[in-house]
Amino acid sequence: MSGNTAQLIRVMAIFLPLLFLTGFYCVIVTRNLIRTLIGLEILTKGVTLLLVVAGYLTGRTAFSQACVITMIVLEAVVLAVAAGIIVNAFQHTDSLDTRDLENLKG
Amino acid sequence: MIINLLLLIALTIGALWSVLKADLVKAAIALAVTSIILTILMFRFASPLAAVFELSVCAGLITVIFMSTISLTKYRTPQQEEVRQQSRDRRYAALPVLVIAAAGVLTLVGIPMNFALPQAAAVGDVRSVLWNERQLDLLGQMLVILAGFFGISVLFKSKVKAVGRAGAALVRGELPTTATVGDKSQTTVPEMAESRH
Repeated sequence: MSGNTAQLIRVMAIFLPLLFLTGFYCVIVTRNLIRTLIGLEILTKGVTLLLVVAGYLTGRTAFSQACVITMIVLEAVVLAVAAGIIVNAFQHTDSLDTRDLENLKG
Repeated sequence: MIINLLLLIALTIGALWSVLKADLVKAAIALAVTSIILTILMFRFASPLAAVFELSVCAGLITVIFMSTISLTKYRTPQQEEVRQQSRDRRYAALPVLVIAAAGVLTLVGIPMNFALPQAAAVGDVRSVLWNERQLDLLGQMLVILAGFFGISVLFKSKVKAVGRAGAALVRGELPTTATVGDKSQTTVPEMAESRH
């Protein structure tokens, strides 16, 4: 392994977990439905960067780009449907707080 | 390498900014800025097509979706905002500290480097990989887009149908009931008549 490659792996091993930590913290701590989606987006960006770097290091950039494109399409559709669910939930409960979604509470 | 390091630091700061910002509109803009920085990184890592997708979809379309969703929800009153801000500051105070501590630990500990990377493969074309080797992925994408279309149609269908049923009942000379309307939030004919005067 060359020096530049090793250096890149070390740097990525620091910043990728930070990105995942930020996304997970946001999803777990927030009570706002829209901010949950923001946390999910940050997690997806971490995964995208990981795929791109893995493709760059192994020389398989075409394959990694194909995977990233697939993931971006899925991310957009999931976000659009989740946004629709949030708007619908807001119309029924008049709130974006997760604690107010208690109609199915046992 | 220095430029990559600076971009990665900016990416982390952008992600933190989008989480810590109380105003949702500014948080969505911060997320778009994070996407733009990620796009630059992807260009530097020899992934131009994926970078263009990231820029157009994540920095563009997804920001529009966020703005639309935020605009369809109401703002809180100043009193509610103040109460929420105090609770919010307590919950999110730990995040910057956690991130800095994690960065310090990861820098000191590092990861074991006693592994070998696979041999670099011949550089191929993204289009040929996507259309020839990843056809199942493409089929999956089409099905997911179709499912998303139907999902969103179903989510917003009940209100249109309810209004249609109420109108039909009015034409027949009947007073629309809750059953006809199908949703408690819909107004009935006497309420509509009152609101007109």
